[in-house]
Amino acid sequence: MSFNLNSVLDISGSSMSAQSGRLNTIASNIANADSESSSAGTAYKARKPVFAAVMRETGHMIYPPEDEAVGVQIVGIVESDAPSIGVYKPDHPLADKDGMVYGSNVNVMEEMADMISASRAYQDSVMVATTGQELLLRTLDLLR
Amino acid sequence: VALNIERSLGLFSKALEVHEKRAALIANNFANSETPGYKARDIDFRAVLNGQASCDEQDFAIDRTNAKHMSVVVEIGEDNLLYRNVAQPSLDGNTVDPDLEKAAFAENTTRYMSSLKFASNRFQELQNAIKGNR
Repeated sequence: MSFNLNSVLDISGSSMSAQSGRLNTIASNIANADSESSSAGTAYKARKPVFAAVMRETGHMIYPPEDEAVGVQIVGIVESDAPSIGVYKPDHPLADKDGMVYGSNVNVMEEMADMISASRAYQDSVMVATTGQELLLRTLDLLR
Repeated sequence: VALNIERSLGLFSKALEVHEKRAALIANNFANSETPGYKARDIDFRAVLNGQASCDEQDFAIDRTNAKHMSVVVEIGEDNLLYRNVAQPSLDGNTVDPDLEKAAFAENTTRYMSSLKFASNRFQELQNAIKGNR
């Protein structure tokens, strides 16, 4: 019977893991926002995680609806295809033969907004996990 | 008189089951609040408890002498596992509204707690009966 409350912990755990993975990519993007390179191809590209719902294996559990999700996972990380902006800096050690240096395509404002969204989602999952745990503990105390 | 814990708990253990299921569903909605294309899901608690849809007569643990009595057979299937209607779905097709989910989760938690309280009162009664209220 308590299997569902345990799965609350599993589900919010998967969410915390996914959101912290997302925070990792955001940290990487912000850290590399000012990285420079000598060509547009090798310049740092903003990394974005792709979230997908984890589907329950069919016929495996008590309640078998097939399209029911049991958490979330990061299925991949894609690089942003926004253009890298070249700047004319002939003195720069990384400048190419035309004196151009290419920066990253990270949009710091976008990353900040993403960070707030990720931390909110993380907080929500922590709240759900805490409540689920409390319900479990209270249920254990039923016979006291 | 044979003591049947399941029977003495009556509807509460079933209600707890439904609330657990609902807590898992809402946790899922939170987990997928940023997943493109994910549709928020929920169950209609009343419909589940009424759940006549797939009730088998012999499964009844207690007699229903009135049409308004609720069935104690709880089955959560596709019929009462619904999709949430939202006012403003996001562009990527996601329909999770975290504020709505928070409210639903808080409500569900309160209901779980009250069912739990009723169940623990039943156990208390049993214990009193066993001890002869000493």
